[in-house]
Amino acid sequence: MSVAADFIAVFIRDAQSDRVVPPTGYTATLTLFTAGAMAFLAVFALALSLASGRLADRWGEDLAKSVTVRISAPLDQVAAQTAAAVRVLETTAGIASVRVLTSAEQQALLSPWFGPDVPIDDLPIPKLIEVIETDDGFDATGLRLRLQTEAPGAVLDDHTRWRKPLTVAAGRLRSLGWTSILIIGAATAAMITLAANAALAANLQVIRVLRLIGATDGYIARAFIRRFTLRALGGALIGATIGMLAIWLLPEAGDDRIFLTGLGFRQSQWFLPLIIPVLAAVVAFFATRAAATRALGRLS
Amino acid sequence: MIEFKSAGYSYGGKALFGGVDLDLASGSFHFLTGPSGVGKSTLLKLCYGELRPTEGNVTLFGKDLHHMDRDELAAARRRIGVVHQDCQFLDHLPLDENIGLPLAVAERGVLKDESNLKELIAWVGLSQRANALPPELSGGERQRAALARAVIMSPDVILADEPTGNVDWEMSQRLLRLLVELNRMGKTILVATHDLQLIRAAKTQVQARVLRISDRQLQLAGADL
Repeated sequence: MSVAADFIAVFIRDAQSDRVVPPTGYTATLTLFTAGAMAFLAVFALALSLASGRLADRWGEDLAKSVTVRISAPLDQVAAQTAAAVRVLETTAGIASVRVLTSAEQQALLSPWFGPDVPIDDLPIPKLIEVIETDDGFDATGLRLRLQTEAPGAVLDDHTRWRKPLTVAAGRLRSLGWTSILIIGAATAAMITLAANAALAANLQVIRVLRLIGATDGYIARAFIRRFTLRALGGALIGATIGMLAIWLLPEAGDDRIFLTGLGFRQSQWFLPLIIPVLAAVVAFFATRAAATRALGRLS
Repeated sequence: MIEFKSAGYSYGGKALFGGVDLDLASGSFHFLTGPSGVGKSTLLKLCYGELRPTEGNVTLFGKDLHHMDRDELAAARRRIGVVHQDCQFLDHLPLDENIGLPLAVAERGVLKDESNLKELIAWVGLSQRANALPPELSGGERQRAALARAVIMSPDVILADEPTGNVDWEMSQRLLRLLVELNRMGKTILVATHDLQLIRAAKTQVQARVLRISDRQLQLAGADL
């Protein structure tokens, strides 16, 4: 019988086979609790992974589409250089729109640091020009050369320097989330293997009786596998449900750019945590199968 | 059915018995006797493959025990009913499920739904105790339940290790009658016992060979019984 058929048989065949394994014992509690706790953590790791993925994509998209041109020139040349820079930008291929930030907008940008009453017109603050790229983008090197000629005080900032570490960080956070899920899976397998080994050792008398009446090792193993797989499935269902509930109760800011309030699932993503109990059952199936095969081999 | 050819068993370098030649032919009834510790239970364990001979050969239904894998051994055990002195059961399952367990293990039916299960439980006089857990049963009840479990698969061979060890005379007579009845149905029976009274009582009901382990040899007994 193939492994997949074995796994399916756990649920639809030998419906009473696991009754031969005594239902009580600390291994039952251990398996339920482990599967539940791990599923709960896995839901959070999954949410973290998805949220950081969204964040990385959003940052990448937003920042990749806009660049800033900063005009740092003596006060009497700012207006002329700004106009020259705008002309250069408007005639550059790959630029969709050009807009000079108003004094009010610049004041709004500075107000978190200097307060709302900063006299921006009296200060030597660079003028900012927001540039939106087309999908094809523009030639940054060529544009810099033209700006240097037409408006020497213009500095093109395409955000690459600080965008890259941010997107890399978000990408790594996403990898960290997936790695956490793998570690959680491995820890679940280890705990269930321990519990299965303990159950097999505690039920030597059961194994002896079953062998006496002609049970094959496959039958005995299936009884233990079914018991542990169903326990893991049940525990993980509880853990995943509580985890989803906890995620659902997190405050929602409606803005994926903010990491802490963006931790959650969006639309169809809510179905993803439901895979966790199935994965827990698969992990329990293989862990118990390996433990039972080893233990029964030793006992022969 | 079960054949020993120059078979012997040693444990910890000490030979329990050796050179045993024995043929448990179909429909035969054998008693195996001898003092405690001579190897009666060990010889029975060789008969159902829990142990393998350290010398010679034991064949179960034509297959050498040395060459049987675990699945083949399990299949052979389904053709052998074993009644242990300590009557091992699954203590968390009620009596009727314990008796029906060989059917479930052989995947021949669901535990409680076998039609002959109730009949069998009635045959050993335990109808009123069908739902009791094994720890709630008396020694005699456990022996009868073990016998019922041993025969539910309609095995070819029934092995009983001191089946009357924990029961009174009346109960041992009842168990003996059940074994004799099974033998008349064509089953091969081997009973290990040191209860000579039981053997004498059996010989009035059935033609039985009596074997004795003495001086590490299996001998035919009889004249002194």
